Amino acid sequence: MNYRNIQDLIRLAEKQKKKIGEIVIAVEAEQKDMPPEKVREQMVKVWRVMQASIRRGLAKENRSVSGLSGGDAKLVTKTKPRFLSRRIIKAVAMALGVAEVNAAMGKIVACPTAGSCGIVPAALTEAASRLKLSEDDVILALFTAAGIGIVCSINASISGAEGGCQAECGVAAAMAAGALTELAGGTPKQVGYAVALCLSNMLGLVCDPVAGLVEVPCILRNAGALMQTFLAAELALAGVESRIPVDEVISAMDEVGKALPESLRETAQGGLANTPTGQRLCRDLPLD
Amino acid sequence: MGKADSVFEVIGPIMIGPSSSHTAGAVRIGQIAGAILGEPVVKAVIYLHGSYALTGKGHGTDKALVAGLLGFGAADERISNSLEIAKEKGLLVKFRRVDLGDDYHPNTARLLLQSSLGTSFEITAISVGGGNISVIEINGLPITLSGEYYTLITIHKDQPGIVAQASEIIAKNKVNIATANVTRQRRGGLAAMAIEMDQALPLEAVKQLEKVAQIVRFIHPIY
Repeated sequence: MNYRNIQDLIRLAEKQKKKIGEIVIAVEAEQKDMPPEKVREQMVKVWRVMQASIRRGLAKENRSVSGLSGGDAKLVTKTKPRFLSRRIIKAVAMALGVAEVNAAMGKIVACPTAGSCGIVPAALTEAASRLKLSEDDVILALFTAAGIGIVCSINASISGAEGGCQAECGVAAAMAAGALTELAGGTPKQVGYAVALCLSNMLGLVCDPVAGLVEVPCILRNAGALMQTFLAAELALAGVESRIPVDEVISAMDEVGKALPESLRETAQGGLANTPTGQRLCRDLPLD
Repeated sequence: MGKADSVFEVIGPIMIGPSSSHTAGAVRIGQIAGAILGEPVVKAVIYLHGSYALTGKGHGTDKALVAGLLGFGAADERISNSLEIAKEKGLLVKFRRVDLGDDYHPNTARLLLQSSLGTSFEITAISVGGGNISVIEINGLPITLSGEYYTLITIHKDQPGIVAQASEIIAKNKVNIATANVTRQRRGGLAAMAIEMDQALPLEAVKQLEKVAQIVRFIHPIY
C-alpha cells in the first residue's frame, strides 16, 4: 500500500472505510518496517513538544536574537476581539507564540518547516478544545496532516527557497485544514476539498524574509495561514467543493512556485525584504 | 528539501529554532566536526561564509556550531546558551566572516579545531537544507560525507594499497558500503578517503589502518 497524491489517500480511505490518518499511519509502519504503535508513540512525542511550544509562546514575551520580533502573541492574548471569536483569536495567539518561540531559539516541531511551525499546533489545539477530542483523535489527525504534507512534498515543494511561502505556510495551512475537516466528521472527499480550497487561497504567496531571518513577515504569516485553515475547513464541511481537483491545485502550486523569480524565494532580495524599511532593518542588524 | 518519505520529515524534526539550515544544520556541522577531531576540543576558530556570514548572527548559527562542538543535539535547549557554556568549559571560540568565493555553497562553515592533546583539524562543511549537511573538505582535501552513516575517514599518502586494505577490512566484517570517495592533492601527495557504511566496524579493524595512514577516524552516525 502506498500513496503519491491526495486522490490515492481518498480512494484508500473510502475503500477500507478508514480515516485518512489511519491510512497514513499504516503506510508509514509498513515502509519503515515498524509496528504502527511505535510510529504512533513517536507522534505522541512530537505532539508533546508542540504543546510545550504553545505554552511557552503564550506564557511570556519571546524576543528574537535579532530584536526584529517578539511580543505580538502576548498582545493578542490580551485583546478583546471585535471581529473574530475569542476562541479563534486565542488560536491566532498560539500560532504567533509558537513562531516567536522558534525565532527566539526555543524548541519547536518543524511543520512542515521551522518557519511555518505555528499553524498545525494552533489549529489542532483549538480543534481539540472546541470539539472535545481525545489525545488519540489529535494524534491520528497529525497523521492526516502529515499525509497531506508528504503529497505536497512529492508533487510540489515544502521549501520556501524552492516554492515560496505557499510551499511552507500554504502547505502547513492545507495540512491543518485537512486534519480539522476529518476531525469534525468530514468525509475523505471533504478532506480533499479542504486542502484544495486552502491551497487555492494561498497560491502565489512569496517568501521574502527581511534580512533573510525567519521573523518578518514569517511569524505573522503563520497567523494569516491559520485563518485560511479555519476558513477552508468550514467551507469544505459546509459542502463547498473545489472546482479544480485537489491534486491539480497541488500541481498548480508547483508550477507557480517554479515561476517565482529567485528574488521571491527566500533570498531576501525582493518583496518586503527589498522595501526601504526592510533594507534598513537589515543594515541595522548587529553582525557581532 | 526534497520529497519526504516519512511523516516525521513533514512533521519534524523536533528542533531548536529558528532555521533548519542555519540552526539545526549548524549544530550538526559542529557535532560532526567534533566527532572527526575525536578528542576534546579546546580551541575553535570558525569561519562563516555567504549567508552564514550575513545572517548567521540572527539565526544563532554561531551558538548552534558551538553547541554541536560541545556535543549537544539539534533539539537541545542549551543551544541558546552554548557560548557561555563553552566559556565555562574552557573552550576558546573565535568567529571570523570570510568570503571563500562563489564556488562555495552560501551556507558554509570552516572550523579550525584544536584538541586538548594538541591535534588540530581544519574541517569545511555546508548546510544543504532541512538540517542536512555535508562535510566537503578535511585539512584542505576535498571529501564528501554526511554524518548519517558509520563513516571511515583516512588521510594518507597517495600510494597503492590503502583502498584495497580498507575494502578488505570492510568485506571481512561483512559491512555494507553506502558511499565511498577518494581524492588527492596530486600524485604521491596527500589523499583523503571517506567510506560511509550501513554497519559499524570493530575498533581493532580500524586500528590496523593506522599503520598505513597518517590519520584514521571512524565516526558513528549522528542523528
